[in-house]
Amino acid sequence: MQFELSEEQMLIRRTARDFARRTLAPGAAERDRLSEFPGPELRELAGLGLLGVAVPDRLGGAEAGAVAYALAMQELAYCDASVAAIVSVTNMVAELISRVGTEAQQRTHVPRVTGGEYECASFALSEPQAGSDPAAMATRAERTASGWRLTGTKQWVTSGDRAGLIVVWAVTDAKAGHRGISAFLVPGKSEGLHVNRAEDKMGLRGSTTVQLNFDGVELADDALLGELDQGFKLALIALDGGRIGIASQAVGIARSALDAAIKYALEREQFGRAIINHQAVGNMLADCATWLDAAELLCLRAARLKEIGARFSKEASMAKLFASEHAVKLCDIALQVHGGYGYTRDFPVERAYRDVRVTKIYEGTSEIQRIVIARNLIKEASGE
Amino acid sequence: MNFELSEEQTLLQNMARDFATREVLPKAAEIDQKHRHPEELVVRMAELGLMGVAVPEQWGGSGMDNVSYVLAMEEISRACASTGVIMSVNNSLVCDPLLRFGTDEQRREFLVPLASGQKLGCFALSEPEAGSDAAAQRTVAIPDGDSWVINGTKNWITNGLVADVMILFAMSNKEQGNRGISAFIVPMDSPGVRCGQADDKLGIRGSKSSQVFLDDAKLPPSALLGEVGQGFKVAMSTLDGGRIGIAAQALGIARACLEDSLDYALQRKTFGRAIAQHQAIQWKLADMATEIDAARLLTLRAAAYKDTGQPYGKQAAMAKLYASDVANRAAREAIQIFGGNGYVTEFPVERHFRDAKITEIYEGTSEIQRLVISGHLIKEHS
Repeated sequence: MQFELSEEQMLIRRTARDFARRTLAPGAAERDRLSEFPGPELRELAGLGLLGVAVPDRLGGAEAGAVAYALAMQELAYCDASVAAIVSVTNMVAELISRVGTEAQQRTHVPRVTGGEYECASFALSEPQAGSDPAAMATRAERTASGWRLTGTKQWVTSGDRAGLIVVWAVTDAKAGHRGISAFLVPGKSEGLHVNRAEDKMGLRGSTTVQLNFDGVELADDALLGELDQGFKLALIALDGGRIGIASQAVGIARSALDAAIKYALEREQFGRAIINHQAVGNMLADCATWLDAAELLCLRAARLKEIGARFSKEASMAKLFASEHAVKLCDIALQVHGGYGYTRDFPVERAYRDVRVTKIYEGTSEIQRIVIARNLIKEASGE
Repeated sequence: MNFELSEEQTLLQNMARDFATREVLPKAAEIDQKHRHPEELVVRMAELGLMGVAVPEQWGGSGMDNVSYVLAMEEISRACASTGVIMSVNNSLVCDPLLRFGTDEQRREFLVPLASGQKLGCFALSEPEAGSDAAAQRTVAIPDGDSWVINGTKNWITNGLVADVMILFAMSNKEQGNRGISAFIVPMDSPGVRCGQADDKLGIRGSKSSQVFLDDAKLPPSALLGEVGQGFKVAMSTLDGGRIGIAAQALGIARACLEDSLDYALQRKTFGRAIAQHQAIQWKLADMATEIDAARLLTLRAAAYKDTGQPYGKQAAMAKLYASDVANRAAREAIQIFGGNGYVTEFPVERHFRDAKITEIYEGTSEIQRLVISGHLIKEHS
């Protein structure tokens, strides 16, 4: 039991923090206002090794482990949650391929993801009618003489219009339910791949979220990622790790909102003293700080378990559930502390309030996390 | 950054769990119903080294760390919160200040028997008119030559009726406010020391608390713990550690709520299936388990900071604030999961519900914890 960070973890955190505060923070509000994609910023992140923090060195990653990854995500999200979302998905794809891809797939794709050649990577699992219930998916991959043909529509694809590589889930055995789903590596510029629409979102406006149409996209044999019909398992593995990323994102956004609220409450005077010295305000901030520390600890615990190869599915769900729920509550309080000013775009807490809301939804809603946790509890209590 | 327990910590945790399950849990309902101080369990805890977990062996303790102390407290409190607080007061509020502020002579005379569990201690800070505002002490210590004469009334003294030794706080110089408070080590059989009737409490009924009256109690110079005027510092630093113990107690109560609820929800059927299969119940269980893990991490962090010599006042306040909040929510939900069965004494959760409440009050109310935390936030950001 040791709560101190290793040298390497501190180094990654410092690298991410310096970059985020120097390079991301100054343009974050503007990118949000203009819905501008952070292309140049991603190139720099690739250079710093932050597109593959826990990816092996031989594949271009930083090989710094899941705890370092969680810390880096917090720092990016502290300054720009949109960038954090894009980076989180990109890391998830890089890790997934390094874990389950063939040697050739690893060598072909992972260095291009981590090195920025693909700009970023995407994860296409959800569909218009298959959100929390991915087994209800309709996109299908049919065998052809030379490989596969992909047909269907994917929803909520982060960076789907920009990514050089997209992992796409499709039905390969319609009779087998979730045991008939496979994952495919699809180049971003494939023929027959269309961006149907870009979503106009409440937050994370500096990232793109699109609906993709796969209109008979032809894939080579080697596009299959992992084993045939085992894609559902891959999605769950990726999402377990992804949840640590989103939990960290939530912690980062909330930390920035809390710091801003404390700073404001120290400066703002009412009834002759700084409002933080009124118990009504000080107490709220004390609760926020407590929740946030707890959220961070849950995140880092899940990351640590992942790092040492232990089971971490329940812990990742706990981290994501707790961090997102409390981050949303916290950003609301942080805005409240700012009063009317918090409701304007002159203060960054307004953006945090919008950005943070999605953390309760994507990569498994809070409702799904609770079910994952409850199933684990029932299994443990039944002695399984 | 790692969350793995050492071999020694795991051993202690298993030992405490084993003892709690076999010897404490079967008696918990009876202890509660009869408002009985579990003397025989205190004797067993002494044998197992649980009365001075983090006190060095040279001073009669087990020579382990505060992380181990938290693990053991959680296990004992999971079985019986009354037994938990008896243990916590002796470890955190009595042994700890004796170790940190006592002279070697005082340690030999008092700490060794207390940490080894031969004697039991209590901590007397609160008064009828001095609760959260602990500096408003009315108990006075008047110098009489080299000795002291103490007069006053102390409130809510856990273990008072069954303790051998008391750590007592009194105003030795009224003009100096906080800095006029001194701490004393007082054998409970000293002339002029008398306990009132046991408080009739909502919960933790197996833990005896009462008023303690000091009526011209004469103490020798050697009774002074720390320096004259250092008492407030002794009290506040002791409570920082005490909060870790109470957070662990709250954790134990919360875990009892979760484990009892899970067992019940797996057996109880409605609408053709175990209620654990209904999402409405699953959600309660999932939230409880998540919040308990969060509270445990906060508590272990505070303990680990204490072990490594870092400041831990804020971390301990956070742990206590959150763990006590979680325990009360878990207890409320546990009763709800049990339905009518949760409302009767035949099932354990109504006891958890009553026991949980005190964790939001003693060793600093939740309101005081928030003041402590916001005070730290102000300092950190100024």
